[in-house]
Amino acid sequence: MVEELVFVNFWSSPFGCRVKIALEEKGIPYDYKEEDLFNKTSFLSEINPVYNKVPVLVHNGKSICESLNIIEYIDEAWSDRSPSFLPSDPYQRSQARFWADFIDKELYEASKKIYRCKGEEQESGKKELLRILKLVEGELGNKPFFGGDNLGFVDISLIPFYSRFYTWETFGKFSIEEECPNLMAWAKRCSQKESVAKSLVDPIKIYDFIFYLNKYLTK
Amino acid sequence: MADEVKLYAVAGSPFVCRAKIALNIKGIKYENLEQDLRNKSAELIKYNPVHKKVPVLVHNGNAISESLVIVEYIDDVWKGVPILPQDPYEKAVARFWAKFIDDKCIPAIFKAFPQGNEQTDAEALEQLQILENELKVKGTKFFGGDNINLVDIAAGFIAYWLGVIQEAAGKELVTKEKFPKLTVWADDFVNFEVVKEVLPPRENLLGFFKKRFGKA
Repeated sequence: MVEELVFVNFWSSPFGCRVKIALEEKGIPYDYKEEDLFNKTSFLSEINPVYNKVPVLVHNGKSICESLNIIEYIDEAWSDRSPSFLPSDPYQRSQARFWADFIDKELYEASKKIYRCKGEEQESGKKELLRILKLVEGELGNKPFFGGDNLGFVDISLIPFYSRFYTWETFGKFSIEEECPNLMAWAKRCSQKESVAKSLVDPIKIYDFIFYLNKYLTK
Repeated sequence: MADEVKLYAVAGSPFVCRAKIALNIKGIKYENLEQDLRNKSAELIKYNPVHKKVPVLVHNGNAISESLVIVEYIDDVWKGVPILPQDPYEKAVARFWAKFIDDKCIPAIFKAFPQGNEQTDAEALEQLQILENELKVKGTKFFGGDNINLVDIAAGFIAYWLGVIQEAAGKELVTKEKFPKLTVWADDFVNFEVVKEVLPPRENLLGFFKKRFGKA
């Protein structure tokens, strides 16, 4: 049967970036469809009726939503293709899910405070972000990647936010390199991988976009 | 080697209950370690340093936190009655709905009770309506079909705790008339053997919420 795979995304989404990395890592061919988040199509609401958000993966007409969910799906549906993103050991697998879930729940929200807020709220966002990054850095330890010798579930979940480091540092006036040197080294290591290099968005583009978005939202 | 399974728990927690249901489905014996969250034990902090919350499952010294992660772990380790579907797509669908319940339904319910306002009430009703529609479309007894699965377990809060919260708050937002499918499902869920055996006593929960809402 001919596989039909459509990846629906918006270029700046770190969540979409996760999916792109996963597809590239496994070398899975797909069709790409860009959604304009300021002008969403009815197609998006058909394939993601509950959230009307990107990313969505449509595989032979069936849609899978929520980025971490999509990565696990890719890992399972193409389990014959290496690498595996999730470890085979159940305990290691649970730890990977825990940390990816932690990143999902806390990182993005904290980061928004840095570039959308000022004063005390911005400061608290910064403190929160650094707390999260340091905890995650602790989990990495001496390993080259969270997944061990190769990119794994947690690496894929986190690395798209590397594109946002410049934005966070500029708005928040701090240096991630200074605060989390090991994490920075990890990020640079990841970006040498072809799948990541192909998928990461240029940090300046992100900064300009967020800057523009702030103005647009506060109009 | 005998398995050592410990569950750091709080009797009334719907999240702890998810782990208990999963363990019960697989027929796993475990040691229940009741915690006092106002005075957290050194062990709880050691096993869940990031969140310092319950439930935490400790299996042969390995600690797993976050209820849905724990339930998937239990399904991965112990074969027998499955909690998640085998098919990757069906699995993705189950995970999606479990997360929807955690991300949208439960927070919306907490915002709408004990008091809430027009907006919070509308939000809670909207999220629950999505779940009601999903049940209607599926046309099965449970989200998992004839047997409960990850989604039913995640939705346990709605099946059991929501009713208690409504009674304690003296506010009925979710009615049989508005949510006929969810009402029948809830009844089937709480009476399902492996669930019934581990649900905390209703009077205890009612007392807890009445006190919390200042209506004791």
